[in-house]
Amino acid sequence: MRILICISNVPDTTTKVKFSTDNTSFDDGGVQWIINPWDELALTRAMELKEDASNPVSNVTVVTVGSPAAEPTLRKALAIGADDAIRVDAVSTDAHFVASQLAAVAANGDFGVVLCGIESSDYNGSAVGGMISEIMGIPSVSAVSEFKFDGGEVVLSRDIDGGKEEVSVPAPFVAIVQKGIAKEPRIAAMRGIMMARKKPLQVVPAADAESFTAYQAFAMPEPKAPCKMVDADNVKELVNLLQNEAKVL
Amino acid sequence: MSVLVYTENWDGKFKKFSYELVSYALSVAALTGGDVTALSIGTVDQDELSTLGKYGASLVFSADGAPSGLDNQVFTSIIAAAMEKCGAKVLVMAHNNTGKAIAPRLSVSLKAGLAAGVTAVPESVNPLVVNKKVFSGKAFGKVEILTEKAILTLSQNSFEIAETGGTASVEAFDSGVDVSAAETTIKDVQKQEGKLLLTDADVVISGGRGMKSGDNWAPIEELAGILEGATACSRPVSDEGWRPHGEHTGQTGKIIAPNLYMAFGISGAIQHLAGVSSSKCIVAVNTDKDAPIFESADYGIVGDALKVLPELISEIRAAKAQ
Repeated sequence: MRILICISNVPDTTTKVKFSTDNTSFDDGGVQWIINPWDELALTRAMELKEDASNPVSNVTVVTVGSPAAEPTLRKALAIGADDAIRVDAVSTDAHFVASQLAAVAANGDFGVVLCGIESSDYNGSAVGGMISEIMGIPSVSAVSEFKFDGGEVVLSRDIDGGKEEVSVPAPFVAIVQKGIAKEPRIAAMRGIMMARKKPLQVVPAADAESFTAYQAFAMPEPKAPCKMVDADNVKELVNLLQNEAKVL
Repeated sequence: MSVLVYTENWDGKFKKFSYELVSYALSVAALTGGDVTALSIGTVDQDELSTLGKYGASLVFSADGAPSGLDNQVFTSIIAAAMEKCGAKVLVMAHNNTGKAIAPRLSVSLKAGLAAGVTAVPESVNPLVVNKKVFSGKAFGKVEILTEKAILTLSQNSFEIAETGGTASVEAFDSGVDVSAAETTIKDVQKQEGKLLLTDADVVISGGRGMKSGDNWAPIEELAGILEGATACSRPVSDEGWRPHGEHTGQTGKIIAPNLYMAFGISGAIQHLAGVSSSKCIVAVNTDKDAPIFESADYGIVGDALKVLPELISEIRAAKAQ
């Protein structure tokens, strides 16, 4: 089984967010780019499964939609262990545009499973994975926190309110994954980084696709009032404030 | 032009979030003009369905006979059929596990732009522009919907529930969808019954590394019990196995917005704050006066959580007894 992992190239989650002077775009000056945290967990899990020879995973491909500036992030995914990478040469505009590009790649490659993170840490759209499945007309399972093989079949656990469900769907399908799918994201070793340079990174042109949404402007939140400090010997005062000022008790 | 709201049920019952969604849909309908139609999928009794009227739904479609487990494709088809039946241009759903699973599919099948995780009504409706958080709460973005139809998924605890005193007529809704075509096989369900969900809780009591050990959690649980709240933790705590992963709040864990969030021994890494910054009131107790949590907190105590907790418990008990 071939696995495709959709990677979003996002600013490091500790980035201090800034926008252009007219507030219409993200200011990427000085930003460190990383693999979107959930996508990184998906990749980690795919590598764990592939390394265990009892699982029928033949190949792990990573794909992103972006300019050449996104290639270091794909190389990082190759260093972690992906076999090959694809970059769709386009500037991503919105979730539907991106999902359309990824669906075109997925339809072309005989993949049994397409893995996507449940959201991206930049625009928090929570949309691309589900959209890919609908464009392709294949099943999807969301909020997946476990992914394993039982015999030749994929078994997934998904989170439901207050619990978990173990489910299976026929391949090909899209699994939209979240925390739990892998324990810790894997860090590329020096050998992996060396090998990644020689692994194939294919650049494909963008397909025609429509954008359904556009960001008009961005704004920073209003600054917060300073924290009211209460002396550690005066816990009673805190309770008083919570009861009579904040009215939350 | 009516607004359709999908009101999920939990074992045949609605919860606060369901009514929050209807209230939100009513406020959206006030902008677009038209009524609110609610769609329920699965078996829910008549009395329960009628409660949606109290919050502003004029009509309730009840699609009974659907599979109890979530099949993303079947649910997408049923909701799309309901959109067509009531001629709605705006669909309101929950930004929860179910909404995240279905809304993107519906966006494609209805050709409707999706704004996920909104917290307020649209700023304008022609074109439809709505504010949402981006960069995990570090900023806001104004999303313009470029398509004729729109899907808005609402973050839980972000919109005020208002009773309108109205009533709804309930109609059986036959979507014409072949539910036997569902491809999702549910093999096993593990559910913790009777436990307040972290995402539903009005009060959340949370502990971090400053609690020093998983064995020190009794006062956190006790305080949560007194305040009828839920317990949560920071990522290092769940990674250490002190607490279950389901309690991890933060960027990659659960995103919550309770009325009161109390953080004990949590320094407040930016990833943790991404999960709790929408809380209405944040209280922090930490030994380090420079801990970033105090920048986001409303009230703070510099002190050892293990010492402050027992005192806080007795003071709150005393205050509650009055």
